[in-house]
Amino acid sequence: MSTETRTIEALATQEYKYGFESDVEAETIPRGLSEDVVRRISELKGEPEWLLEWRLKAYRTWLTLEDPDWANIHHDPIDYQDIIYYAAPKRRPAPGSLDEVDPEVRRTFEKLGIPIEEQKALSGVAVDAVFDSVSVATTFRATLEKLGIIFCSFSEAVRTHPDLVRRYLGSVVPYSDNFFAALNSAVFSDGSFCYVPKGVHCPMELSTYFRINARNTGQFERTLIVADEGADVSYLEGCTAPMRDENQLHAAVVELVALDRATIKYSTVQNWYPGDKNGKGGIYNFVTKRGHCRGHDSKITWTQVETGSAITWKYPSCILQGDRSVGEFYSVAVTANYQQADTGTKMIHLGKDTRSTIVSKGISAGHGQNTYRGMVKIGRHAANARNYSQCDSLLIGDRCGAHTFPYIEIKNTSAQMEHEASTSKIGEDQIFYCRQRGLSTEDAVNMIVSGFCKQVFRELPMEFAVEAQKLLGVSLEGSVG
Amino acid sequence: MLEIRNLHARVGDKEILKGIDLRVDAGEVHAVMGPNGSGKSTLAGVLAGRPEYVVTEGSVVYRGRNLLDLQPEERAREGIFLAFQYPVEIPGVNNLYFLKAALNAVRAHRGEPELDAIEFTALVRSKMSLLGMDQELLSRPVNDGFSGGEKKRNEIFQMAVLEPALAILDETDSGLDIDALKVVAGGVNALRSPDRAAVVVTHYQRLLNYIVPDQVHVLSDGRIVRSGGRGLALELEEKGYGWLAGAEDNEPARDSRLEARA
Repeated sequence: MSTETRTIEALATQEYKYGFESDVEAETIPRGLSEDVVRRISELKGEPEWLLEWRLKAYRTWLTLEDPDWANIHHDPIDYQDIIYYAAPKRRPAPGSLDEVDPEVRRTFEKLGIPIEEQKALSGVAVDAVFDSVSVATTFRATLEKLGIIFCSFSEAVRTHPDLVRRYLGSVVPYSDNFFAALNSAVFSDGSFCYVPKGVHCPMELSTYFRINARNTGQFERTLIVADEGADVSYLEGCTAPMRDENQLHAAVVELVALDRATIKYSTVQNWYPGDKNGKGGIYNFVTKRGHCRGHDSKITWTQVETGSAITWKYPSCILQGDRSVGEFYSVAVTANYQQADTGTKMIHLGKDTRSTIVSKGISAGHGQNTYRGMVKIGRHAANARNYSQCDSLLIGDRCGAHTFPYIEIKNTSAQMEHEASTSKIGEDQIFYCRQRGLSTEDAVNMIVSGFCKQVFRELPMEFAVEAQKLLGVSLEGSVG
Repeated sequence: MLEIRNLHARVGDKEILKGIDLRVDAGEVHAVMGPNGSGKSTLAGVLAGRPEYVVTEGSVVYRGRNLLDLQPEERAREGIFLAFQYPVEIPGVNNLYFLKAALNAVRAHRGEPELDAIEFTALVRSKMSLLGMDQELLSRPVNDGFSGGEKKRNEIFQMAVLEPALAILDETDSGLDIDALKVVAGGVNALRSPDRAAVVVTHYQRLLNYIVPDQVHVLSDGRIVRSGGRGLALELEEKGYGWLAGAEDNEPARDSRLEARA
């Protein structure tokens, strides 16, 4: 074995520090999926009839669909009857009360660095904490309410603002959109809801932290964010799960709606358990995220740092319907060990003078397989649409892979498209060069990787950028040397 | 400062160094010359700790410590600097950021406080004017898209900022025009002091017109076949490497192309 292979060998071994399990008494329903299960979830949540009907339609649609097989990922067939579709901590606080949260749940979030007491929280970030299937706490609600901003768990929004939920739910990602979206629509248990009224600038970062704890359960949350005319909001999402040998399914749906002149910035640091160094266990992260620039001059920005999950399948997309609307996608996806990622975006240009930017940075190490899949579509009426795409891949070691599948569909000749792509490798000579200047191997890898990701990190809110940088360091720990 | 005894090293299955003895004292500059393939770059690489070079025999003592026990970064922090024959490109990493990280790693090792941005900038400015470095090069990614000459200048610039105790230059002069050559020489000469030393590996004697060595060693087939003073280099230029016993070819120690241009 050459020195290079040997030193890079160590890449695979990383510690996942969020892998602990909390002892929380959970209320679950039996395994498996049926119409009864869908009814039972709806009943447990005390939902109105219209929502149950919507779920049932989704369920019936799901029955007619098949697992997508076009992605560049490989896994054993998922047994959808072997999953528990609902798990919730037994001790539940009254909505809006932070004092009655199960102490063990509270400790869990503290351990994760997400204090759900406001006085301890990061100033300027309101958090909705989702534990397994339910939201357990939402901070800074009072502050936000003064501005008319609604930020609460999805279930609560169904009770308190049914009209808003009903108007927008499924309006961006219909339940029939795809297999996982249909599954989510049938069984989704909670998530976050946010509405920013006309002309309001949301003064703090809103954030949802997702934690899977219960065994054999899937997490199916739904996030719906609506920015009314002239409003703007920045939203963060983080996630972790315990280390388990079996794979767990996470199939979320996120819908964003930006009306005239509204701006939504959605940032994700995804750190679900990626499986061990032999590829055992880990989360299957099959997520549908889509934003709709419904109004003119609106803007939606997706920024994602994907370091976790055994398999990631997600394509945060923008439908640029409003004239002069702007869609942006900035992504860093890391696959180490045996992780697989098939991720990218779709930019659908419908309105005039719409613009989109795609910057995708894939990092593969160990046996990781990283695929960028992106589509840019320019509709017939989208005069003067512009797109800039850049896809860069960085390889660490010689057993990983990087793949790029760009699709372009243009129906208006005034479109301007730019596409750049590159593939590079962190070489042993680069590492040695850095070490000869006094830097450790870890620092050298971090520096090279950060340099590679810089363009994306600067799109993240400050606190998140720091966290993402650290996370990247942890993910690639032991990658080389 | 540096004492090499009976050093043997191989790359893969091939033995390249076959018993090197060399002693470099503080305050001295040694030139190591020799035809291509004689082991010059291997010697430089072994001293810096290049992982693919395996030492099979012998010892290297640096400032009283067994150098071969140290990792490459420990050697660097202990004051060994290698100016690379082929400086490596690191896209995305800013040249100055890189250098600051390197300097602070060395300083931390010495128990000195890290330099803040202002102090570092002041240091950089003083070294820049010393070497006539282009500001624009400093703000670019490390060596990324640099010309051959720019890369070599950047090496010397890094050396000037890091102020190593033992500088090893691996054919830094090759491929340089006369102006760049003077920059390299100026960088080495500026570092000359009673407590520092340099080992200048070169194929051609011309660099030694600007860096006057205390000793010259000729390497051939993995061994030092002749050592002498400055005069040895001139003699080599005159007679070519073939003149020395054990040398395989008759390459001149002079870059005739360059002499003509200069």
